[in-house]
Amino acid sequence: MRSLASLLFVGGLGFLLLVIGGTLPLGQPPMLVGQDIQQAAADQVGTANFVTAVVLAFRGLDTLGELAILFAAATAGGLVLGNTGSRARPAAGFILRSGCDLLFPLLLVVGLYIVMHGHLTPGGGFQGGVILAAAFFLPLLARPQESLDHRWMSLIEGLSGAAFIGLGILALYQGQAFLTPLFDRGVVGELVSGGSLPLLYLAVGLKVGAELASLLSRLAHDDEVTS
Amino acid sequence: MNESIGVVMFVGAIGLALIGIAGMVLAGNLFRMVLALAIAEAGANLLLLLAGYRWDAVAPILTASTVGQPMVDPVPQAMVLTAIVIGVGVQALALSLVIRIKQRYGTLEMAVARRCMQHELDAAAGVEPSRSREQPAGKRPLAAPLAAGADGGGHD
Repeated sequence: MRSLASLLFVGGLGFLLLVIGGTLPLGQPPMLVGQDIQQAAADQVGTANFVTAVVLAFRGLDTLGELAILFAAATAGGLVLGNTGSRARPAAGFILRSGCDLLFPLLLVVGLYIVMHGHLTPGGGFQGGVILAAAFFLPLLARPQESLDHRWMSLIEGLSGAAFIGLGILALYQGQAFLTPLFDRGVVGELVSGGSLPLLYLAVGLKVGAELASLLSRLAHDDEVTS
Repeated sequence: MNESIGVVMFVGAIGLALIGIAGMVLAGNLFRMVLALAIAEAGANLLLLLAGYRWDAVAPILTASTVGQPMVDPVPQAMVLTAIVIGVGVQALALSLVIRIKQRYGTLEMAVARRCMQHELDAAAGVEPSRSREQPAGKRPLAAPLAAGADGGGHD
């Protein structure tokens, strides 16, 4: 009976979504704000990647809220799992250990590259931060007896979050709106351009990386107790 | 041709979201519910991306070869970018809760875990075990708020 009602609900929802989707012709977006942003972004913000212009310059406040959600999720995850500490476990095999040693610097370089080029190419703080988290999680797979230092992780996380808000408040201090891009915009397409946006994305990348790395290490360490 | 591609894309995105929602509602296993949540998120993200798609347009990145060309809408892409990261955080939180439930009750079946949890709650509150969801613990009808101190006696 309950599953029948659930199926009816899902079917009705699907019908509703299909009807709404059927009225939207694919390929002709009804929103006009995107075109305005494309015309204004290069001059006003100075980034080549317009997605970055939307995320950090036009809707920077939303990104701050999103970072707050991620912070809340990571904090709640840490609260639920607690600090179980590391326990004696056999080390991984030779292949995994050597592979980790080889991959760690490469992942670090790729992650930082993606973070620093977020205003020029596809990528940015969120994507690069996830790669950084993967780089710091790999050694935990190879050497399970070592554990991540959560104090350092929360220090990096807190400092980068404070840097993001501090850059926003600096704009307020200069008489502009919160999180307005500061500094010289430079030449569109060069590495040092876009004013304060690369700094904001660096803060986002470090914050996301530290949060996800500590969350993953907690999950990995807790997983041993159950199985 | 373009029409049929549009139909396929919309049906695919909506279908993914529906599969995820159906899985969340119908599955009895907690881990499968988390996986269904991930599938539903993927469908919703695809739907958002489709809303900003344009034919004959390039990615919204300014290079020497894309100056002056029409570009796809960057706003839904920015929304999806943040939605994916939020999704990862929410899934990690859900997984950590699932790990705790598995440690506490030794099962991932939601019905069993809920029954165990209900017994513990009843025992902690010091009331008769509730027989079913229609007949929860305690007397019904509940006492009026003013008289609650007189005959309420411990339970909520």
